[in-house]
Amino acid sequence: MEAPAEPVREPPTTSQGGLMAPATVLDRCATGIEGLDKILYGGVPRGNMVLVAGSVGTGKTTLCLEFLVRGAERGERSLFVSVTESSDKLIQNLSTFEFFRADLVTDGSLTFVDLPVLYDRLGLEHEELTPDEIAILIRTLRDLVRSMGVKRLVLDSLTSVCYRIRRDERIRDFMLRLGQELADAGCTSLLVSEIGPTPGRYSLHGVEEAIVDGVILLWNARRQGDILRVLQVIKMRGTPHSQAQYVVELTPIGMLLAPHLKGGRPENGA
Amino acid sequence: MPLDIGERLRSLPGGSAVTLKLDPREYADHYFAVLNATLRDVGSETDAHTIYVTVTNPASFVWSLAQALDVPRDRISFIDAISHIMMDYGAGLPNATYIESPRALESIMLRTEYLLRKYPHPRSIVVIDSVNSLAIHNPPDLLSEFFHILINTLKTRQVLTVVLQTADEEASSVEAMLNLVVDETIDVARAGT
Repeated sequence: MEAPAEPVREPPTTSQGGLMAPATVLDRCATGIEGLDKILYGGVPRGNMVLVAGSVGTGKTTLCLEFLVRGAERGERSLFVSVTESSDKLIQNLSTFEFFRADLVTDGSLTFVDLPVLYDRLGLEHEELTPDEIAILIRTLRDLVRSMGVKRLVLDSLTSVCYRIRRDERIRDFMLRLGQELADAGCTSLLVSEIGPTPGRYSLHGVEEAIVDGVILLWNARRQGDILRVLQVIKMRGTPHSQAQYVVELTPIGMLLAPHLKGGRPENGA
Repeated sequence: MPLDIGERLRSLPGGSAVTLKLDPREYADHYFAVLNATLRDVGSETDAHTIYVTVTNPASFVWSLAQALDVPRDRISFIDAISHIMMDYGAGLPNATYIESPRALESIMLRTEYLLRKYPHPRSIVVIDSVNSLAIHNPPDLLSEFFHILINTLKTRQVLTVVLQTADEEASSVEAMLNLVVDETIDVARAGT
């Protein structure tokens, strides 16, 4: 088993928080989304498990896909575990972006796995997964990550998996164990959380957000009838981060961020 | 001796920000003089690329004037924030990106960023046409914040920013703010139109 990355001691620099920088700087997994990396002072601390929460059409899946593509480009094996959409459809959508490179899929740097297919192969057929079945699911994901040397993982969506786990205590246990396995493998993960437009919660059951190391929230804010996609990092263990809100656009070259102008407070902000 | 606006803009160091003040009584002449200076004199130089943000007239209209000035299509990109609300976006220009509303100021910033990355040139120019049109759709505090962030961001990237403004009887708070962030205000009436 690969040992987790040792914390790196570096002198504080402005980009890491200046005079308020922590004495110990953890190894970073740069998302490759420039604006987001600036917000996170360099990226997500490596091995962190992060919830990407938002309602429909807010850009969660696209953010996660770009995170994986940018990682694969840097030589980090990347794995997308899809529950709700087929891999073929995801790749088809991804190919509309200029940042996507099909060769990353063909050479195995970027891999897509359909979780429903895995459920079938593993014989996980109960509508509500039993503790044994949950253990099998965790072991299977762990083995995939270890055998492929995966450094970036996306689960889209955690909400769909939790629908089959159902009980809060089992969800808590599933996430704690999965998070430990991924951290041990030095794998940074983004877990998609589908939530309603009502602010205040970042996950279906409420327990998910307490377990994860970070929460990135995306929502649609309104300004005089117009809709703006907004992103905010709610929490991120192991690093200082901006707490401001940013407007997001999904452009052909990737996700771009700009400050959310204060004169236009959202009517239904987070 | 009348001022040559194109010459003046060419002489400015990278990262400069300029307001071009148009007289409403001579708007057509002044507008054409401004396009001539920005799109042809400066924007058509071999290493230049203009990002024209239009909130006043549809990009198709500005492009027709630019064509009359023999501006090459690969030297100009449009961010059109007015066609959608005029329900006039049917035949989109290939060198334009359309924003649904002039109130989506962050989208203007982000599309500018996108085009600067897509078309990296040593001399990039961003033209905002115009502060008056933006002021119709946005409250002053929001607009002030927008210009402050946009112009200072473009300054750090060595981009020449040109803001068109139609002269008003009373100095608005936005105009006062613009005076703080731009390096120079050029009165187009001083130019030989």
